Amino acid sequence: MTVTTYREACRQALREALVNDPRAFLMGEDVGEYGGCFAVSMGLLDEFGPERIRDTPLSESAFVGAGIGAAMGGMRPIVEIMTVNFSLLALDQILNNAATFLHMSGGQCNVPVVIRMTTGGGRQVGAQHSHSLEGWYAHIPGLRILTPATVADARGMLWPALLDPDPVLLFEHASLYNTSDDLPDDAGPVDITRAAVRRRGDDVTLIAYGGTLHLALEAAVELAKDGVEAEVIDLRSLRPLDDETIIDSVRRTHRAVVVDEGWRSGSISAEISARIAEHAFYDLDAPVERVCSAEVPMPYAKHLEDAALPTARAVVAAAQRTAGRG
Amino acid sequence: MSTLDHQEALAILRDMTRVRRFEERCVELYSGAKIRGFLHLYIGEEAVAVGVMHALGARDAIVATYREHGHALVRGVPARAIMAEMYGKAEGCSGGRGGSMHLFDASRRFYGGNAIVAGGLPVAVGLALAEKMQGRDGVVACFFGEGAIAEGEFHECMNLAALWQLPVLFCCENNLYAMGTALRRSESETDLSLKASSYEMPAWPVDGMDVIAVRDTATRAVDAVRNGGGPHFLELRTYRFRAHSMYDPELYREKAEVAQWKERDPIPAFVARAAIEQSEIDTIEADSKAEIDDAVAFAEQGTDEPLENLTRFVTSELGRT
Repeated sequence: MTVTTYREACRQALREALVNDPRAFLMGEDVGEYGGCFAVSMGLLDEFGPERIRDTPLSESAFVGAGIGAAMGGMRPIVEIMTVNFSLLALDQILNNAATFLHMSGGQCNVPVVIRMTTGGGRQVGAQHSHSLEGWYAHIPGLRILTPATVADARGMLWPALLDPDPVLLFEHASLYNTSDDLPDDAGPVDITRAAVRRRGDDVTLIAYGGTLHLALEAAVELAKDGVEAEVIDLRSLRPLDDETIIDSVRRTHRAVVVDEGWRSGSISAEISARIAEHAFYDLDAPVERVCSAEVPMPYAKHLEDAALPTARAVVAAAQRTAGRG
Repeated sequence: MSTLDHQEALAILRDMTRVRRFEERCVELYSGAKIRGFLHLYIGEEAVAVGVMHALGARDAIVATYREHGHALVRGVPARAIMAEMYGKAEGCSGGRGGSMHLFDASRRFYGGNAIVAGGLPVAVGLALAEKMQGRDGVVACFFGEGAIAEGEFHECMNLAALWQLPVLFCCENNLYAMGTALRRSESETDLSLKASSYEMPAWPVDGMDVIAVRDTATRAVDAVRNGGGPHFLELRTYRFRAHSMYDPELYREKAEVAQWKERDPIPAFVARAAIEQSEIDTIEADSKAEIDDAVAFAEQGTDEPLENLTRFVTSELGRT
């Protein structure tokens, strides 16, 4: 076991991919000489050279599309976009090409590209660097949407993503890079198809992912002090969703709180709530609760941003409401 | 005109004729409701696709637009598979899921009709990056209309391809109208080669109604690109004789202008210059008709994709690679 940061785990995953697959390369803005906007790729340029650690111009559409084309041409590109807000400049390529080519070509043209980007707020960087749009991307058939929330997943999700014959988007919550955890010395690829139960409990199911997992775990500790044992599910994949893990848990606890840093309206939390209503309605003892971001562009001032984002306290309150203690 | 072998001249005429007659048949079939959706015809522009395709080899890749029936046909995608795709049949080259605007044939490195203007350019850049990184010498021919030049993706891609010296041949089919918007009404600088050359890329305007000029220029450009000369840009000056699509009342251009361009029809112009005999033309016409008749018969007998396959190919079935 070695105490490892989320950032270092991401870097180890990149190194593993570049060592194991000569077709793999990393490209994006400032991934090379700068060392990565979030220092994830620091040192990789020296190790792998400029052909495989490729700095790009500020041309999201061109370099994301180039990743798509290179994937079709036999490479295994890992494309880094600095933040999810910037990915909107490449949305045409992601939706109209990456997610569409396989179907539109009748199964001929799969697109094995991996696109990594940061997501989420909490750093006082305002309304164009802080949003959580992974739920939007989860709307799109043809994409796999992964949200590593733990150091082990940061370490282990990239390789299976790269093995996927279809496009995979990896969302790394920017607040996680400095977090750390014990990582086994032989840590490696993980299963990307299932949600994980991060804490067992019988009284209420807290469903979270990415940056909100830690709020849910913190809330579970608080709830336990009050005698409420919360089960915490880490979705890990927003598309496809692991319905089975969610529904099995809710059938047992009869209560659910979905924690989502996206805006509430039309969010992934809305989708999960709908699935619970479709599959476990009669098992519920209380309405499904949601803890989401306030429906505002992310404000700069700290107290305003704090008020806009989901908090552990709000999760506790929501869970208590489902238990009739609110 | 450069040296032109008579057999090659016949092959070029054959391809231009096939495209013209195929498109004419598509109009009839559209009127007969056999083909639906959008239908964008290439009539008048045949010299462009034929000239460029005759400069490419099997190892080269192609990215095209939604006006791509001709490109697919000349590339060697069977007329049967194209027509069946128009009919929305399972036997179509995209399994009936693409339609007129999305013809694909990976086995011939034909990576689609792309119906987002300029949306194919980044993909072409990526295909070229894959060629370069894998030490192959394929060239990626990327077709797009002059309307794409107003899109940001065009500029991003010109820059990236030139910066990384990638083997892309950018083929701008300048037919003067982006749907109904004339070039002069949409671009502050209408000299497209000048725009392209600002990216430090060789850029040549070509008479797109002269198939030999297109072929010769494309051959020179492909050779340069293949030999490490970096991306090249061709502005192929052409004109579509028909409306933009089947829904276009053509309010934006004068009939006299259309008539003037029709006098420069690339097919009769080439016949005259290449000294092709009437008997040879008759043979080509008969062969083209037979090929298209066969394609229509094939499409008529095509089968509908079973509904249980509706969501196939959203994700791969080929397993992990």
